Amino acid sequence: MRRFSWFNATSLTLGFAFLYLPMIILVVYSFNDSRLVTVWAGFSTKWYGELVRNEEFLDAAWVTVRVAFFSSCLATVLGTMAAYVLVRAGRFRGRTLFSGMIYAPLVMPEVITGLSLLLLFIGIGLDRGVFTVVLAHTTFAMCYVSVVVSSRLTTFDTALEEAALDLGASQFDSFRLVTLPIIAPAVISGWLLAFTLSLDDLVIASFTTGPGATTLPIKVFSAVRLGVSPEINALSTIMIGIVTVGVIIASLISKRAAVAQARDEQAAPRTT
Amino acid sequence: MVNETRFAPWDDPEARPLIQFRGVTKRFGDFTAIDDLTLDIYPREFFALLGPSGCGKTTMMRMLAGFEEPTAGEILLDGRDIAHVPPNRRPVNMMFQSYALFPHLSVWDNIAFGLRRESRDKAAIEARVEEMLRLTRLTKFARRKPHQISGGQRQRVALARSLAKAPKLLLLDEPLGALDRKLREETQFELMDIQEKTGTTFVIVTHDQEEAMTVASRVAVMDEGRIVQVATPEVIYEAPNSVYVADFIGDVNLLRGTARARPAETAPEDQPQETQQAAPDAMPEQVPATKPGDRRYQPNALGMRLHNTLARVFGAWIEDEPKRLPAPEPAAAPKPKAAPAPAPAPDIPPGGIEIDWAQGQPAVIAANGEPALDGKPVVLALRPEKVSIAKDRPVAPNVLGGKVIDIGYLGNISTYHVQLSDGSMVKAQATNTRRIARRDITWEDEVWISFSATAGVVLAE
Ligand SMILES: Nc1ncnc2c1ncn2[C@@H]1O[C@H](COP(=O)(O)OP(=O)(O)OP(=O)(O)O)[C@@H](O)[C@H]1O
Ligand SMILES: [Mg+2]
Repeated sequence: MRRFSWFNATSLTLGFAFLYLPMIILVVYSFNDSRLVTVWAGFSTKWYGELVRNEEFLDAAWVTVRVAFFSSCLATVLGTMAAYVLVRAGRFRGRTLFSGMIYAPLVMPEVITGLSLLLLFIGIGLDRGVFTVVLAHTTFAMCYVSVVVSSRLTTFDTALEEAALDLGASQFDSFRLVTLPIIAPAVISGWLLAFTLSLDDLVIASFTTGPGATTLPIKVFSAVRLGVSPEINALSTIMIGIVTVGVIIASLISKRAAVAQARDEQAAPRTT
Repeated sequence: MVNETRFAPWDDPEARPLIQFRGVTKRFGDFTAIDDLTLDIYPREFFALLGPSGCGKTTMMRMLAGFEEPTAGEILLDGRDIAHVPPNRRPVNMMFQSYALFPHLSVWDNIAFGLRRESRDKAAIEARVEEMLRLTRLTKFARRKPHQISGGQRQRVALARSLAKAPKLLLLDEPLGALDRKLREETQFELMDIQEKTGTTFVIVTHDQEEAMTVASRVAVMDEGRIVQVATPEVIYEAPNSVYVADFIGDVNLLRGTARARPAETAPEDQPQETQQAAPDAMPEQVPATKPGDRRYQPNALGMRLHNTLARVFGAWIEDEPKRLPAPEPAAAPKPKAAPAPAPAPDIPPGGIEIDWAQGQPAVIAANGEPALDGKPVVLALRPEKVSIAKDRPVAPNVLGGKVIDIGYLGNISTYHVQLSDGSMVKAQATNTRRIARRDITWEDEVWISFSATAGVVLAE
């Protein structure tokens, strides 16, 4: 009996081709010498050079990184706090409603999120720019962070926090010195998730951005409308690289965290 | 002031309790976990909480540590109400049942955690941690993480961590539950030693009543959120105040029956009668007390039989003594009641009660029973080790015949399960020394079990 039949091999190849062929083509053509995107004219890295000299793209990249960094940090703080309260507060009236409300933005169409944020910013007279994009990204990324962190917190042994309190630590100290170091892998995964979400968001950013705050996805999108250039291919290749590295790091962290958790749980004789 | 010869502050009206529960009730929703509990615990006590699962032991501890607030009543620590003092402001440390060691910190840092919260200077913390490590014999493992040490070592880390701050009160929630018997016993003695050295007050929760007996100065037996009895281990064991406590602590025979008051002064008349009836069971040929040639000291047949019976009961004792069998005058023969008088006859104190426990069976005498129980249903709680077993009918205040159904051999002792004529089972224990084992008792043997008039505890149903 062959475990790996021709049928299996074919479906696997087709599936992966479906997923990755477009990206491979993009990466390959980013090294194309020709200005025409669809005609291969030999290997070259000149478009990467062009990219580095393109002020507009560099500005947009800088905006994007700043937005992603600040929004993911804010989202991590807020999302962790929300998760902590929802998991720890025990039963209070309307708890189900609250946790439902945390998850709702996950399934909310981005257009609606973006539009409502735009209306809010206009309503309170906030000038649109980098700051508003940061706020907007924080809003939706924090839900993702809170989901990741609360799933870790539900398996966290509360006796550890009680032990910290018992030994004289304040509530804040017990969180800072005991809870946070232990759930840190989940928090870091949440941060990475928030960072990548912000990095590639187009819809919400275009609703909430203003002059001088063009993010890379917006820039790419508007550039593509004028015609695809090999420069865009080069840029996209770099972004694929960054996201790939991020995903690998995130999965390594969560894998190691899972191993450590299993080990610690084994270390505890039993939980009451 | 504490008695110098014996530690018993609970008997001293001037002693100041460290902890006072005053009418404490704790409800979870409409479930009452602790029910109007009043209790004093004194400084330097080793106080054990004992009771079946779910009776509220952990809840009591958690209230002391500050993780639960009483629904009603108050808890005083050193005379101060602590109900609303948060856990991190109480001079109380708890050793968790799950140890709750911080997995990301080394053994050293785990122990130092509480000390650092008091922001003491580094040198003092270091000295204290090293001291704790030495005390719990963990110095070698100081740099390891909790998952890199064994279960027993983890347990000692938890202990060292809770002791490090030298709390006034240390709460141990089933601290030795995960240890094997040998390590558990070692640690019990270690705990007592630490307690002796540090003078901390300990409250320990345990499922293991032997453990409570070993370590505790006093034991509280709980049932469904109430304290049934608080007393020293000896009192709990020897004088339980209820059938519940007697049954919960150790092995016990419960004889149920109706009390009948006994005359307070005159000794009962029927006892020697029973002894006389017992005589035919004896086997005279085994007794070397009389020499065939010695005419002067030849007892009559009845006296001889009586002597033989006694010789079996007090065999070891009599054999070491010169044989001084009282020589009854031939005239004494018709008066059998006089015959056993010079021999060690059953010494039954007057008073107390008799318990009619089965039809057609002699009543059981309990000289320590309360005569006021006359006519009431009572239970005689009788520890197996206070019941002796013999093949020949002994002379004792209470003698019951039965058949051996089962024998539990425990090495140093054996427990005999004896079925009495009415079908009820009684456990009797005998130490397995060679001298007594010379007469083997095996399954299906007809035997006599006996116990003194004060061996049991009479409890109202
Ligand atoms: N947070 C809670 N909510 C509701 N009921 C609770 C809570 N904590 C304890 N109880 C109930 O209170 C009762 C006493 O619990 P507790 O933990 O004190 O028992 P225990 O004597 O420690 O038992 P064990 O020996 O099994 O540990 C139990 O019936 C338990 O179900
Ligand atoms: Mg418990």
